[in-house]
Amino acid sequence: MTGTKVLLLMGCPEVPIQTSIVLYLSHKLANSGFDVTVAGTGAANKLLRVSDSESYYVKKLENLDKTLERVIEKKTDFDLCFAFMHNDAGMTYAATMSAISRAKMYSVIFGRNADTLAETIEFDCEKLVSKVVHNPSQLKNMLDKLVKERST
Amino acid sequence: MSCIEQMKYEILLDRISYKEARAYIENNSEEIYYVAPGYKIFKDYHIIGVPPVALGVKGNALIFTYTKPCYGTFVLTVDNEESIKEIAKLREKETKKENTSVKKSKPSKKAKKTQVSFSDIWKK
Repeated sequence: MTGTKVLLLMGCPEVPIQTSIVLYLSHKLANSGFDVTVAGTGAANKLLRVSDSESYYVKKLENLDKTLERVIEKKTDFDLCFAFMHNDAGMTYAATMSAISRAKMYSVIFGRNADTLAETIEFDCEKLVSKVVHNPSQLKNMLDKLVKERST
Repeated sequence: MSCIEQMKYEILLDRISYKEARAYIENNSEEIYYVAPGYKIFKDYHIIGVPPVALGVKGNALIFTYTKPCYGTFVLTVDNEESIKEIAKLREKETKKENTSVKKSKPSKKAKKTQVSFSDIWKK
């Protein structure tokens, strides 16, 4: 997996589990040899940076719109993309990423309306759906299983 | 910050889903153009959207979607010299597309002709 470029695309940070699960997945993938970049809104990035002030779990943190802009302009691209979403806007950003990038897409859908939101997805992706809001354990287990399957 | 936020725009709808925004553009525009997600308008705004991304024209005004991760999708309209330029670009793109499809359709007509055998002509 060395050198495989992964993007963790964060949506609105209103649902608490997003920050912890992104920190966890970033570290887990980096430890498995993936080249991980995290991109989010200003608020999402600030939450992440305060939680990980020494950049121990997230080495590369970028602005969401700037990252998409660079993919659109073909200045960069990724092999895998985990798009985190709990609302329609998050789904819309993921649909855009799916259209502009060659990355294999994983949609991580959480929050109280996770099931309904998952049904609105029309682009090609693997969905990880969990209605969790505060407790990241279920989503963590789903991601652990996925990473284990892909690593073997 | 995108250039949109520094422009003089009018909000037609706010905090809705992308599909609702696209339906509004389709039902409230004189002309509709479909572009790919990431299509650039004005100086530096790449449209975030679920394909097909709709752009509407009403007079000299361009109607388009603007998505913010925490606030949902907005339908905005801009009516100034910049929107006139963008509309001209869209019309030109559409004309080129039509010309290309006309050119592409020619060989297929020819292909159909070649598929007709001598015996078929004889039957007629």
